[in-house]
Amino acid sequence: MGFEIKTKGEIYDAVIVGSGAGGGMAAKILSEAGLKVALLEAGPDYDPADPAQQTQLKWPYQSPRRGASTPFRAGGDFDAAYGGWEIEGEPYMRDAGTEFDWYRSRMIGGRTNHWGRISLRFGPHDFKRRSLDGLGEDWPISYEEIKPYYDRVDKMIGVYGTNLNMENEPDGFFLPPPKPRLHELLIKEAGNKINVPVVAARKSVLTRPINDSRGSCFFCAQCNRGCSVYGDFSSSSVLVKPARKTGNTEVIVNAMAREVSVDAQGKATGVFYVDRTDLQEYHVRGKVVVLAASACESARLLLNSKSANFPDGLANGSGVVGKYLHDSTGASRSAFIPKLMDRKRYNEDGTIGMHVYTPWWLDNKKLDFARGYHIEYGGGMGMPGYGFGGGIERFNGKYGLKAGETKKAGGYGASLKNDYRRFYGANVGFAGRGESIALESNRCEIDPKVVDKYGIPVLRFHYQWTDHEILQAKHMQDTFEQIIDSMGGIAMGDKPGKENMYGLAKPGQIIHEVGTTRMGNDKNKSVLNKNCQAHEVNNLFVVDGGPFVSQADKNPTWTILALSLKTSEFIVDQLKKQNI
Amino acid sequence: MNRRETLKALAISTIGTGAILTGCDPVDKTKAAETSGAAAELFGQTPEEIERNRKIAAEKFLTAAELSTITVLGDWIIPKDEKSGSASDAGVPAFIDFIVKDQPRLQTPIRGGLRWIDMKAANMYGTSFTGSSKEQQQVILDLIAYPEDVLPENKQGAAFFTQLRNLVAMGFFSSKMGIEDMGYQGNKPNAWDGVPEDVLKQYNLAYDEQTLKECLKIEDRGKIMEWPA
Repeated sequence: MGFEIKTKGEIYDAVIVGSGAGGGMAAKILSEAGLKVALLEAGPDYDPADPAQQTQLKWPYQSPRRGASTPFRAGGDFDAAYGGWEIEGEPYMRDAGTEFDWYRSRMIGGRTNHWGRISLRFGPHDFKRRSLDGLGEDWPISYEEIKPYYDRVDKMIGVYGTNLNMENEPDGFFLPPPKPRLHELLIKEAGNKINVPVVAARKSVLTRPINDSRGSCFFCAQCNRGCSVYGDFSSSSVLVKPARKTGNTEVIVNAMAREVSVDAQGKATGVFYVDRTDLQEYHVRGKVVVLAASACESARLLLNSKSANFPDGLANGSGVVGKYLHDSTGASRSAFIPKLMDRKRYNEDGTIGMHVYTPWWLDNKKLDFARGYHIEYGGGMGMPGYGFGGGIERFNGKYGLKAGETKKAGGYGASLKNDYRRFYGANVGFAGRGESIALESNRCEIDPKVVDKYGIPVLRFHYQWTDHEILQAKHMQDTFEQIIDSMGGIAMGDKPGKENMYGLAKPGQIIHEVGTTRMGNDKNKSVLNKNCQAHEVNNLFVVDGGPFVSQADKNPTWTILALSLKTSEFIVDQLKKQNI
Repeated sequence: MNRRETLKALAISTIGTGAILTGCDPVDKTKAAETSGAAAELFGQTPEEIERNRKIAAEKFLTAAELSTITVLGDWIIPKDEKSGSASDAGVPAFIDFIVKDQPRLQTPIRGGLRWIDMKAANMYGTSFTGSSKEQQQVILDLIAYPEDVLPENKQGAAFFTQLRNLVAMGFFSSKMGIEDMGYQGNKPNAWDGVPEDVLKQYNLAYDEQTLKECLKIEDRGKIMEWPA
């Protein structure tokens, strides 16, 4: 049998590539408006309430590796997200001397199955950075334009938090936050002493229900395992599910998109994909094509969609597709808190990760780096699992000794066994997550030689941090130590220094990469207009992290959702008016 | 949403959540998984993962002699005490047997470390580590168990012992027995309403008024949230 491309289904109103935050929102809005939608997802179906897929409330000993990570799940056996930074048969390249790690999760819901549910809306400054500090570019939209969509996302999906009365941390429609845990009260007290604000976290976890289709949180701290009562936000549970319910969305799983097809007039006509189960080639046709495959995957799709009209890739007349790639900065430190030894035991699982956090509180004009960061906190008497108790020899000869008592570090036997009990829940973790500057030179492009196992040309990354990010990491490390000192703790390990960029994580490790199909008013300097519509192809849209002009010191998901909601309603309107 | 709709939605929501919880019955499933071999594999893995786990389980790396040395060493590290059993009581040797196949980078240091300790025993007592008496074993352990106090010729043995200590403790405290020993209270449906009063007192802490005002009132957990228009 020769090579053949099969046509799949009818001509849909819209073909959406990717079922994460952006694609899930688009599928929900378009299908609820009565449009016929094909939703392509490169991985399998997923429902955290399906007993065959449920990892929530499992015990570490049910996994023979106690939940350690595997080639199938970077986050470990119990993490909901399939995939990770390396996927067999799907390589990517890096230019010599540069680094980028690319996390991919191929499944319904994509990477929304993995994250810590931290849901921070951008503030007014975050859309106008160039006007404020001369670096990067302003967005073509303002906070005021996107605010109504953030408000609707808050109510549609649910996020707990508090109104802060801080200009760049706007108010929203919040659910009540859970009370801080013990270590969080200590962090708050420590922060107060040194003027570092510690406030309620903002997380898309339902401390109270918002409708009759999702249950409220029962405080198992396992959002990253997927919630069987849908008490947290993942695109799979909260967006794709209702999209399917309309009867207007056909979900096509295991569909690895290869190219966007175009007609002689240069309009998008659909998407070619390879079915990962039968390895056959398919073409699914639509009046509108919406890319939401993740910032880098959508850029790859455009760059691989070459034709006479678009020799450098679809919608890439500007040459900007793949450029201005930027991830959040990240640096971390942990500390041992002597007064938290010998703790009374009780269930403090709470919601996943932190109940409190620190939003950016300083003025960059007075600092030697351009943009801010927020601080996330960890700690508590969590469930033991893979990695538990490691490095006891760094503690048990030094701390928790009675006056005059000496003890050699390490050891074995009954006394060691008791040490593990004594040190349980006495550590806290600090993680800074900051804004980097979007640069044209940081990019992904198509490698001229390498293809993946489906024959799709792969990405090659080129990414280098600058002094703005490195000095920001230095500031994070100093702040962590100030907080640790203020709470009477002991910082663990050596303080990361200049030689290792102050512990600055490799780009891609924080999994907030955005910017590869950025929006703008100038079609020579941007891929999309302010409606996330390609300048050159009016029935082509991108609704993942690609349209971001700058990342802010906030996690991108809430902004992806708001932009996708706004774009999806624009698509409905434009189709109605027959403009596209 | 008017009051009647709210009440209706609330009723559905309350029942709905309960039904979902009962339907999934996580507690019973956990119990079943502990007792039944087939069900033990049911922790949400994909067919590819199940296949890989089976394959790894069927492979052999550590020899019977190596496993018995690990068993003896493991019980030196985590012995039975008044609160719980030993490392081997908690199935730690089986965990280590699996994890060295799952993470091949562990194979050389573990096998090499076991050989090092046997050579040490042979040089000192003319027999293997497990063939040595308890007293002799303890003499060897004391040479390698305190990483800040090790003779230069024993550094490799100490590095091995530190790694093994980590694996044994991790294997023990992530077992059912170890989790109970540790007193971990979670991994079950709960209603988090803050730090217990006596613990707050112990640390001389209190929730301030603002926090109490803003945070979730536990009795509101079932009530659908509404915001002023």
